[in-house]
Amino acid sequence: MLRFLASRILSALVVVLGVACLVFLLIHLVPGDPVEVMLGESARPADREALRRALGLHQPIPVQLAEYFKGLAALDLGESLHSKRPIVEVLAERIPATAELALAALLVAVVLAIPLGIIAAVKPQSGFDAGAMIFAVLGVSIPNFVMGPLLILVFSFWLGWFPVSGKEGFSSLILPALTLGTAMSAILARMVRSSLLEVMREDYVRTARAKGLGEFQVILNHAMKNATLPVITILGLQLGTLLGGAVITEIVFSWPGVGQLTIESIQNRDYPVLQACVLVISLAYVIVNTLTDLVYAWLDPRIRIGETA
Amino acid sequence: MTRVWLPAILLLAWVAAALLAPVLPLNPNEVQLPKILEGPGAEAWLGHDELGRPLLDRLVSGARTSLLVAISVVAISIFAGTLIGMTSAWLGGFWDHLIVRIIDVFLAFPGILLAIALSGILGPGIENVVFALAVVGWVGFARLARAQTLSYRHREHVLAAIAMGSGTARILLRHVLPLIAAPLIVEATFGLAGIIIAEAGLSFLGLGVQPPDASWGSVIRAGTRYMLVAPHLLVLPSLALMLVVLSVNMLGDSLRDRLDVKRSGVT
Repeated sequence: MLRFLASRILSALVVVLGVACLVFLLIHLVPGDPVEVMLGESARPADREALRRALGLHQPIPVQLAEYFKGLAALDLGESLHSKRPIVEVLAERIPATAELALAALLVAVVLAIPLGIIAAVKPQSGFDAGAMIFAVLGVSIPNFVMGPLLILVFSFWLGWFPVSGKEGFSSLILPALTLGTAMSAILARMVRSSLLEVMREDYVRTARAKGLGEFQVILNHAMKNATLPVITILGLQLGTLLGGAVITEIVFSWPGVGQLTIESIQNRDYPVLQACVLVISLAYVIVNTLTDLVYAWLDPRIRIGETA
Repeated sequence: MTRVWLPAILLLAWVAAALLAPVLPLNPNEVQLPKILEGPGAEAWLGHDELGRPLLDRLVSGARTSLLVAISVVAISIFAGTLIGMTSAWLGGFWDHLIVRIIDVFLAFPGILLAIALSGILGPGIENVVFALAVVGWVGFARLARAQTLSYRHREHVLAAIAMGSGTARILLRHVLPLIAAPLIVEATFGLAGIIIAEAGLSFLGLGVQPPDASWGSVIRAGTRYMLVAPHLLVLPSLALMLVVLSVNMLGDSLRDRLDVKRSGVT
């Protein structure tokens, strides 16, 4: 287990370094002179030179990269061009909102998907199964920026149950979490169904039934335990889609998180902030995926033994 | 059978609208101020938008944008991804390790986020959208092509071809590619659905095609601003987008069943 742990963490570190390099390179993709794009054409030459120095853009690229990593190691991401505040401080304000939204969406996804998937698997080919699978296809086919506004139209404007946008208390969390969680629950429900169908054919399920356990217990205590494994992997992988989707969902609902900051930084041409946002969201994704792998290995000894052999 | 025919007909309508858009008598950019936000009627079937432009014309013209972007991105991604993936698996050793690492790094970004950042930095415009989405898109194909090529590398017919002195390019193209084509095609259909959504998403955020050109995403964005007074402006383009994506996904599903391809946790 220790070797597996070390190798997973090592490879995650390599990925993180790669991600940071790519994020660093982003600013060099700006067409023309990034400083001119950020300040506008009418900026005074002295201001341009000052910004170029502040961002270190006058140095050769390898030196810039080294400086960038030095900054990262010290948790110093530089200063926002727009608000003139340290980026770390700006991010710290926004991260909790995104984390709250992502967790709520995850909860929505799991709460919707697991019962749907289980019932669909227990009664395959039934009307309920067909309905659940239609929900699954619909869920992946409705983008966030369609789902969100439609929910606002129905539940905020017509029914008046929830606030239209912003972040004030629990009721404002519900619609964004539903928007973000439904798509994920669609994929998850499919996974629960197919993975449960697979284990229901196993011998130990037959044994459990043969010794007289009720169907409910067979499914929850015997089948679900093993069916959960692939579901956890998908959950980890889907978190990337979730975090990406959070950017659009936050815009739809004016949710003050990292996603909204990302778009604001694009509109303000505040590239250092944009880089920081991309870095933070990707880091969160890498960390969660690594943790998922570790949990998976902890739950299923076959994985870690296979890995080290 | 309806599972195949219905989506196929919808997709044909989409492609036809996109291809015929330049020759149809459309006025997607004609501003008619007296008709602002007017609902559907006999004169304009789907009503007018916030500048009085006919919504139907804008949706047809948006279909062209979305088809153009989707086809270009899938074509570039599948070509680059397959080339990189197959080469990586064939070369093995150091190069394979390096390419796998690069793939891992790209997979570590939530796809749409990287596309948003790239289009934000490159500036709006259809070419930049295609570039941004292709940068994200090749990875899935590369990973799949690599895994598939690895599994066929030591098959007898490939070894026979090597023994007969065939060149690498010939072996990969004639003896490996035909075998790995099916899963790549299935992956491409799902990729297509994702790219249609992503293009609309970027346009929704104002990072896609620029006004006055129409994209479903930008029409939906306008719809969200006026949804209380003119729900048709939100509901109709959303429906168009959903139906196309749904059709692609349903066809992808039945294609997968027919080609008997297992999707190995690729998302």
